[in-house]
Amino acid sequence: MTYEEAIFYVIAAITVAGGLGVVTARNVIHSALFLILALLGVAAVYVLLASEFLAIVQVLVYGGAVTILILFAMMLTRVRDIAGPIDGPQRPIAALAATVFLGTTVLAVTQTEWRGDTGEATVVSIDQIGEVLFTTWAMPFEIASLVLMVALVSAIVLARGEEGE
Amino acid sequence: MIPIDNFLVLSAILFSLGMYGVLARRNAVLILMSVELMLQAVVINFVAFAVYLNPETFTGIIFGIFVIVIAAAEVGLALAIILRLFRNRQISNVDEADLLKW
Repeated sequence: MTYEEAIFYVIAAITVAGGLGVVTARNVIHSALFLILALLGVAAVYVLLASEFLAIVQVLVYGGAVTILILFAMMLTRVRDIAGPIDGPQRPIAALAATVFLGTTVLAVTQTEWRGDTGEATVVSIDQIGEVLFTTWAMPFEIASLVLMVALVSAIVLARGEEGE
Repeated sequence: MIPIDNFLVLSAILFSLGMYGVLARRNAVLILMSVELMLQAVVINFVAFAVYLNPETFTGIIFGIFVIVIAAAEVGLALAIILRLFRNRQISNVDEADLLKW
């Protein structure tokens, strides 16, 4: 085992532990904190995949904005005070479905011969990403900014409520 | 030299965990968090395919960026809807939001 693989296994273990914590924690705040761990683990996976730009975006958008937003929503909806079990009665079926899916996917991944596999992650520089983002993908980029603006406005309208409420 | 299979298996594990969370949890915020896990798994897959199989055009990385953009918009909107639901009906569990089921 090369040292790269050793680093990968450590990061993968942290990420999976975070993911497990998200779906099994009894306390919802712990669940959210485990989510931060899992998301930062994924950012480290992006570094291993030689995509620093995505790693930076991941830490900024997910590590910062999304988790804070989720924690805010938890506070505002008082998730902790809600009575009753945190999981529904369908839990065993959910576990079965997820296990079957995992088994099938892992089998498919290990059985497939990937065409054109270079065997190692090729570094894609930020320059290259920036160039294609503003040439080949300029239209989707503009649409994405429009989507963000519409989502922002509608989120404010939805959360604000009617006048005099 | 990490084989691509490692990343794909990691992504499959994360996706299954998210899938379990979405199916088993009752609270809307917790379901949303599980959806985030699933999206992350998908982005890992996209990026792994881009840098291993197709590094010349690396479309997967661009896709990953767009997935993150849409996920951010989705979280904002979903949390606004959950907040609204809580304010109007004092619930935040999806199985109690059954107004359409008379």
